Amino acid sequence: MHVKSILAATLAVAFSTTAYAQEFNDPAEFKKQRELLSTKAEGPEGKPWEQHLGGAMVDTAKFKKDGKHTICFSNAGVFNPWRVVGLNNMKGEAALQKDRIQELVILDAEGKDDKQISDIQSLLDGGKCDVLIVSPTTTAALTPAVEAACEKLPVIVFDRGVNTKCPVTYIHPVGGYGFGITSAEFIASKLPKGSNVLAIRIVPGVDVLETRYSAAKSIFDEAGINVIGSEFTGSDRAKTKSVVEDYINRGQKIDAIWMDAGDTATAALEAFEDAGLPYPVISGEDQQDFLRKWQKENLVAIAPSYPTYQWRTPIIAALDILDGKSVPGPEWNLPQPAITQETLASYIDERMPALHYSLCGCQDLPGYPEQWGAK
Amino acid sequence: MTAIPDTVRPSRRVSIRGLNFALLIFVVLYAMIAVLQPNYLEAGLFMNFLRRAAPLVILACGQLYVILSGGFDLSMGAVVTLVVLAASMLIGGDPAMTWPVIVALYAMGLAVGLANGAIVAFLKVPSIIATLGTMLLVNGLALAWSGGAPRGDLPDNFRNLGRLVLRDVPLVGTLPVAVIILVGATLLAGWGLHRTAYGKRLLAVGDNPRAAELAGVPVKPTRISAFVVSALAAVTAGILIGGFSGVSVNAGRGLELQAIAACVIGGAQLLGGRGSVAGALFGSLSLFALFTLLNLLGLPQALRDSLQGVILIAAVGASVLRHRRST
Repeated sequence: MHVKSILAATLAVAFSTTAYAQEFNDPAEFKKQRELLSTKAEGPEGKPWEQHLGGAMVDTAKFKKDGKHTICFSNAGVFNPWRVVGLNNMKGEAALQKDRIQELVILDAEGKDDKQISDIQSLLDGGKCDVLIVSPTTTAALTPAVEAACEKLPVIVFDRGVNTKCPVTYIHPVGGYGFGITSAEFIASKLPKGSNVLAIRIVPGVDVLETRYSAAKSIFDEAGINVIGSEFTGSDRAKTKSVVEDYINRGQKIDAIWMDAGDTATAALEAFEDAGLPYPVISGEDQQDFLRKWQKENLVAIAPSYPTYQWRTPIIAALDILDGKSVPGPEWNLPQPAITQETLASYIDERMPALHYSLCGCQDLPGYPEQWGAK
Repeated sequence: MTAIPDTVRPSRRVSIRGLNFALLIFVVLYAMIAVLQPNYLEAGLFMNFLRRAAPLVILACGQLYVILSGGFDLSMGAVVTLVVLAASMLIGGDPAMTWPVIVALYAMGLAVGLANGAIVAFLKVPSIIATLGTMLLVNGLALAWSGGAPRGDLPDNFRNLGRLVLRDVPLVGTLPVAVIILVGATLLAGWGLHRTAYGKRLLAVGDNPRAAELAGVPVKPTRISAFVVSALAAVTAGILIGGFSGVSVNAGRGLELQAIAACVIGGAQLLGGRGSVAGALFGSLSLFALFTLLNLLGLPQALRDSLQGVILIAAVGASVLRHRRST
C-alpha cells in the first residue's frame, strides 16, 4: 500500500516535470531568436548596450522633464555573480551620467516577489522618482505592481519581462533560445554525427535556463548528436566535477560538454585533467576563469553570453525618455554576442576576478576595474 | 566518577553493532555500484571514491562529537563556504601564503566553534537555534566579504590537498592526498572519542547532563569543546573541497544536513549518548555511495531526489528501529 503510494507520487513528480518542460519549448520563439541572432544591430558601433536589433521606436515626448532626474530601481536581488557584475555596470553608467542624475535609488528585493511588490509601492509612495526601472523576480507575480506603477510614471523593465505592455520599453538581449542555439550550433559544427555530448545545468524549472537547454537539445537532435546526460549541479563546482567524473567512469566517450551557464566550466574540465583524458569540445560562458583556461589549454570552445552590459541600457533609456527622445520599444532587443577563438584574447583581463563576466561593457566606466573587484 | 563507566559501557557495546549495520549498508550500495560499473572495484576508482567522500566523512566525524554531546551543529556548511572563499581571497594565488592562511583558517574555525559552544553552554540556547544563527551569520559574512562573487585564486599547493593523486604507491597503486588526510582525521577523531577520558565525559554529558554534572564532569567545557571539534572538522573539509574543485560560493551548501544524516545512518542517537566514529565513517560512505549510485543510474532529477529521500528515511528508520529493539 505504502510502496504503491510512494511509487505513484514519484511518477507524478516525474511526469509533472515533463509537462512543465513543454512551456520552455516554443518553436515560434526559437525561430524568432534564431533570426535575431543574425540581425544586423542598429546604433553606435562598438557600444552594443546602446544598439538594438530592429523593431519599432516609441515616442516619449509626453514624459519630457527638465532638470536633474531621480532614477529609481527595483532590483530582484544580487544573489549571483551575474547580478553583482550587472549592478556594478548600472552604478557605473549612473556615475558616468552624474551631471544629469540627481540620485539613483536602488531597492533590493532579495529574490522575493512580495518584497519587490512592496518595494515598488514604497518607491511610488515616496514621490521622489521621475522614472522607475524594474528587474522582476518573476514574471507573473510582478505584473500587477508594474501596471500600477505605469499609471504614475514611465517604467522600464529589463532582464525578465512582465505580462503587460504598459512599460515604455522592455530591454533584454536575444534570450535563452539564442544562448542555446549559439552554443549547440558551435558544438554540432565541430563534431561528426553520432558524437556524445553531456549537458551540465544549474537548476530545473527556471525559464531563462530551461529555454537554453530546450534550444540546444533541438539542435543536437537535428544534428544527430547524442545527449548522453543532462545533470543539475546547483552551480556547485564540487558537484559538477563529481558528476563529470561519474560519467567518465562509466566508460562512455564524452566528446563535448554543453553548459547552460559557465560558472562551473573549469571544474568540468578538471575532471578530464584528473582522469588523464584530452579536453572535450566545450561551451561555457563569458566568465574570466573559463576564458583564461580556454586560452592556456588551447581548447575548442565557445562562450555564448547573456551579456551583463544590458544593465547599462536602462539608465540610458531612462534619460532618453525624460528628454522626450524616442527609444526602441515596446521591446528593446539588445545584441547577444558570443566570444569565439578570434575574439578571445581581447576579452581576457588578468586583473579581474574568476567569475567576472567579460561582456560587461564596463571597461570605459568610472571606477573600472577596482569597482568590479580587480586586484 | 563511578556513574560514568556505567553509562559508557552499554553504549560502547551498542556502537559496535551500529558500525556493522552502516558497514552493511555501505557494502550493499557499493556492490550495486559495482554491478552497474564493474570498474569501481579497481583500486584506482575506489581511491577516487574515497577522495570525493573525504570531506563528508570528516564533517560527519566532527558533527558526531556535537551529536554525542546532545546537540546539532548546523553551521558546518557555512564554515565550509567561508573557508573556501577566505582561502581564495587571502591567498590570492600566492603559493607562499598557503600555509600561513591555513593556520588563519583554523583560527577562524576555532572562533566559530567557541562562539557556538559559548552560546549553547552559557546562554542555554538550544544548539539547533544557536548554530542556525551562526550559520546565517557566517554565510552573511562570507557573502559580504566576497561581495557575492569570489575573488582571488587558489595556488596549486593548496589545491593539491584535495586534488593531487600520488601515483605508483605500493599496494594501492594510486593514493590521493585527501585520502591520507581522511585516514589521519578519522583516526584522530576515533582516538579522541573512544580512547580518552574526554570521550567518556562527552558521552556522559550527552546521555544525561544532570547526572554527569553531579558526577563531577565539567559539562560546559565539554560541550564547548565538542563545537570546537566540529568547527575544526568543517575547516578541514573546506580545505579539501576547495582543493578538489576550486572556489565556489555554493561550496558548503547543505553539507551540515548530510553530515547529520551520515551520523544517524551510522547508528548515532540524536540528542546524544550513543554513537561511534566508525559508524559515522561508514554512514557517510553509505550516503556518498548512494549519491554515486543515483548518478550512475541516470534517472531524471525529480525521481532521483525523491528516491534519495525514500532511501535515506529507510536507512535512518532501520538504524533507529534496530537500536530500539536492542536496548
